Amino acid sequence: MSAPIIEIRDVSKTYDASDAARPALADFSLEVAAGEALAVLGPSGSGKSTLLNLIAGLDRPDRGVVRIAGTPVHELGEAALAGYRRERIGMVFQFFNLLDDLTVEDNVLIPAQLAGTGRVEARERANELLTRLGIARFARAYPGTLSGGQRQRVAVARALMNNPPLLLADEPTGALDSESAAEVRELLGALVAEGRTLVLVTHDTGLAAQCATRIIELVDGRLARDVRNTPLAVAR
Amino acid sequence: MSRKGNNPLGRIVRAGVSRKRVQTLVMTLTTMTAVTASVLASGLLVDSQGPYQRAFAAEHGAHLSVDVSGTAVDAGQLAATAHVAGVTGTAGPYPTLTLHPRVAPGNRFMPAGDPMEATTVVGRPIDGPLDDLHVTEGHWLTGPGQIVLPDGHSPMAIGDRMVVPDAPGHPVLTVVGLAASVTGTADGWVAPQEIPALTPPGTVPDEQMLYRFAHADSQAEVAADRAAVAAVLPAGATLGSTSYLDAEQEADRNSATFVPFLVAFGALGLFMSLLVIGVVVSGAVTAGRRRIGILKAIGFSPAQVVRAYLGQALIPATTGAVLGVVLGNLLSIPVMGIADKALRSVTLGIPFWLDLAVPLVTLAAVTGAALVPARRAGGLRTVEALAVGRTEQAGRFGRSAHSRASRLPLPRWATLGLALPFGRPARSAITMAAVLLGTVGVTFGVGLALSLNQVAQGLSHDRPGAVQVLPFPPLGSGVKARLVNAADLDAAGSAIAAQPGTAGSVEITTARTAVAGKPGQTQVIGYRGDSGWASMQIVSGRWFAAPGEAVAPKAFLSAYDVHVGDTVTLSENGRSAPVKLVGEVLSVDNELLTDAGSLTPLALPLVPDSVTFAIELKPGTDPDAYISSLTHALAPYGLSAIPSGGNINITVLAMDSLATILTLMLVTVAGLGVLNTVLLDTRERVHDLGVLKSLGLKPRQTVGMVLASVSVTGLVAGAVGVPIGILLQRTVLPAMAGAAGTEVPGADLDVFHAPLLLALLAGGLVLATLGALAPATWAARARTATALRTE
Ligand SMILES: Nc1ncnc2c1ncn2[C@@H]1O[C@H](COP(=O)(O)OP(=O)(O)OP(=O)(O)O)[C@@H](O)[C@H]1O
Ligand SMILES: [Mg+2]
Repeated sequence: MSAPIIEIRDVSKTYDASDAARPALADFSLEVAAGEALAVLGPSGSGKSTLLNLIAGLDRPDRGVVRIAGTPVHELGEAALAGYRRERIGMVFQFFNLLDDLTVEDNVLIPAQLAGTGRVEARERANELLTRLGIARFARAYPGTLSGGQRQRVAVARALMNNPPLLLADEPTGALDSESAAEVRELLGALVAEGRTLVLVTHDTGLAAQCATRIIELVDGRLARDVRNTPLAVAR
Repeated sequence: MSRKGNNPLGRIVRAGVSRKRVQTLVMTLTTMTAVTASVLASGLLVDSQGPYQRAFAAEHGAHLSVDVSGTAVDAGQLAATAHVAGVTGTAGPYPTLTLHPRVAPGNRFMPAGDPMEATTVVGRPIDGPLDDLHVTEGHWLTGPGQIVLPDGHSPMAIGDRMVVPDAPGHPVLTVVGLAASVTGTADGWVAPQEIPALTPPGTVPDEQMLYRFAHADSQAEVAADRAAVAAVLPAGATLGSTSYLDAEQEADRNSATFVPFLVAFGALGLFMSLLVIGVVVSGAVTAGRRRIGILKAIGFSPAQVVRAYLGQALIPATTGAVLGVVLGNLLSIPVMGIADKALRSVTLGIPFWLDLAVPLVTLAAVTGAALVPARRAGGLRTVEALAVGRTEQAGRFGRSAHSRASRLPLPRWATLGLALPFGRPARSAITMAAVLLGTVGVTFGVGLALSLNQVAQGLSHDRPGAVQVLPFPPLGSGVKARLVNAADLDAAGSAIAAQPGTAGSVEITTARTAVAGKPGQTQVIGYRGDSGWASMQIVSGRWFAAPGEAVAPKAFLSAYDVHVGDTVTLSENGRSAPVKLVGEVLSVDNELLTDAGSLTPLALPLVPDSVTFAIELKPGTDPDAYISSLTHALAPYGLSAIPSGGNINITVLAMDSLATILTLMLVTVAGLGVLNTVLLDTRERVHDLGVLKSLGLKPRQTVGMVLASVSVTGLVAGAVGVPIGILLQRTVLPAMAGAAGTEVPGADLDVFHAPLLLALLAGGLVLATLGALAPATWAARARTATALRTE
């Protein structure tokens, strides 16, 4: 097996000084290999989003080491973190987090533009992604006019734009009706089948079972379970 | 890095600018208004710095104009004065006459036949070696029967006509142009060949000579120069002279009057614009928290976020600045035109460097105001910005405000609204400051205009009463003009007293006499008869009540370094008359006013032209009937009656129009600030509003709630802003008056009577409500489903 792409060692994170009794993550360690699709389950408030944010470099641990693809993320400054996110990470959120005043295509283009990709190349890639995700006809529309499932597919396209080694998703089906959720599940399953590394935070056990190669469960900021899984998408 | 058009930053900024229309509009309008006002105010400030000295140099002003008797000297003697030591330039001789014209039929404002003030006309070309005339309206003389009048100092407009009854054939002169003379050498200009036709039979025109001297910086130097010129002319040939120093003093005084008020308005406007720009940009940051979070999550660096938010502020600000420069220059044409007349200056317009400097300084200020919130945006923690469901909660402050407000005996929608501003204390405070400054501006502007008009009215008390009697016969009466004598005046006095409708009358004589121990002469106004009703506005002390008492304005008191209570001795040819100063009156002139009896010991010669009567009518008297009847009664004495017309004071007019424009601009900016704040608040609360509406809040209640949220802001701004505005008015007005060389009577400062105060106090509320109305309506109309769906 290759070197782990995610290496988290003895990480602790507490939000509120007054809330010291309840850390969001407590002495947490985890390794994920490239190509793994990790589903993170756990009750509400157990620290799932906190873990994801630490991996994405959106937040810093109080203690411990977060090393992603060899980069010590916990040591990076704000500007370096921006570069790290733009090149290594693609993120999908529960509430899409699209820029409502840009068109679908412009939203998808931003990561490539930030990375300095040539215009022609970036547009080609955006078109390819939008086509592949079945939303090419909305390229000129604004996100506000799309359904939840469509918006989430735009978010996935944006996350994949720079072809990052690591895809993070925080409850990507959490805000969707069952039909849209199924679409997104299918899409993520397909990405996993391609061998993409994925960390997926979810309450949706169906989603975990369908996409993940490994499932962990958090309780009160600690690792409570860690099991292998054969994703249905791959099995099929 | 990335090529043009492929720049994500630019795209984000452009999207932010074009999709946040109201914010962009507010920023543009605010900057535009601030730049317009600054361009105007600073243009005037620059123009009021030594306008006279500049114009004097540009128009080759003359240091001295001397009137010489036409019968006593010949051209050779006048030419010889050019070689007097110290003379560096001369112009003339120009023939000159003092006309007593009448208004000719067909004038727009003045009734035909009314006597006009004595008018000294000079026959000369437009450009002399000295005192170039500068045509400001119409054109220079092109043919016979034409006259050009001094701009801003004459009652007639272009196309108006005057008749000269003393000259053979009653020639008529048509006003074809207005011109500025930097030295004020005449009351009108005609072609030299026109002079003979205007000369009354049996008289010879005088000659006007203009001089420049090597040394003419002080009254003493000019007096010495004048003496040197007079010395080479026959004794008694020099009739009178005008020094440029008088005109300079008047101009400097006028321009100095503008400065305090321009500075006050300028400072108010600048502060307010910065506040509003600050609140707009920081509002954009707060409203854009989630957006900032997204930008950072997908890889924007903090510096890029700062630049994006600066860009969003600077694009509309630059547009506004450019528009402001254009608008300021356009407005400057009428505004500075009026001001320049008051300043006796030449319209220079806005100096080009100001057109560059003002917008640059404004943009620098905008950058400064925007940098604080932009950096806050850059430093915003990504997770917090992105946290969904965890919508920003009102701080402890806001929460306690909500619980407190809910206990008020008001409908729930009102108490919800009242607590809103406390959720964002900083933004509410800045908005309140903007409304407060707006209230200060309105209070100051209104107070200034009212006081100025009161002062102007007080100043016009030098023409008391409703009717004036002038020492000229009525036109067309067939009575020949002649010099009025003392017997005529006595008879006229009795006739006026006997006239039904007369409530009071007083004979007013103007004379010049010396003050013992001081050089030069002073103007003394003698009142014969009961003058109590004709009193000028008193600044301190009282009006004189008996011979031997006198009053004087500030200019006299400071010129002679005397105070109310002192005694001044007037002297003439070895005779003297002591008068006790019993009061200070409101006037910008340097003169002494006293009972005519005080002057008896001086045995001053009667100057017939200088005597007038002022008459007050009994209530209910028809002035027109009174005047025609009195004119008939006075005709035998060579006198005529006319209504006392109020003078339009050009300086007051200039200030009124400026104050109006600047006040309107302040109000606009303050209103925009409120509009923006309420809009942001409403946007932020669109979800809460949706919840409330889904619970049954009616559209009208929604409007009420939003308006209630600004009512506190408006009321507090009114309560604090009005006193500050009054304080400002009470500081700036005396400073302006001081510059004009007078004191302001307390009565003219106390212009804020109760109804006006109430209106001003409510003004903040009105201003805030106006700014909030549009977003409130928008909030009420927003569809609940849309609001609830908004993440
Ligand atoms: N920004 C924050 N400020 C304060 N406390 C926070 C913050 N974010 C998370 N927490 C707290 O940290 C703990 C873990 O939160 P986290 O969001 O990681 O949970 P989660 O497992 O993602 O829950 P959910 O399933 O509800 O999304 C919770 O107790 C939460 O209240
Ligand atoms: Mg979560």
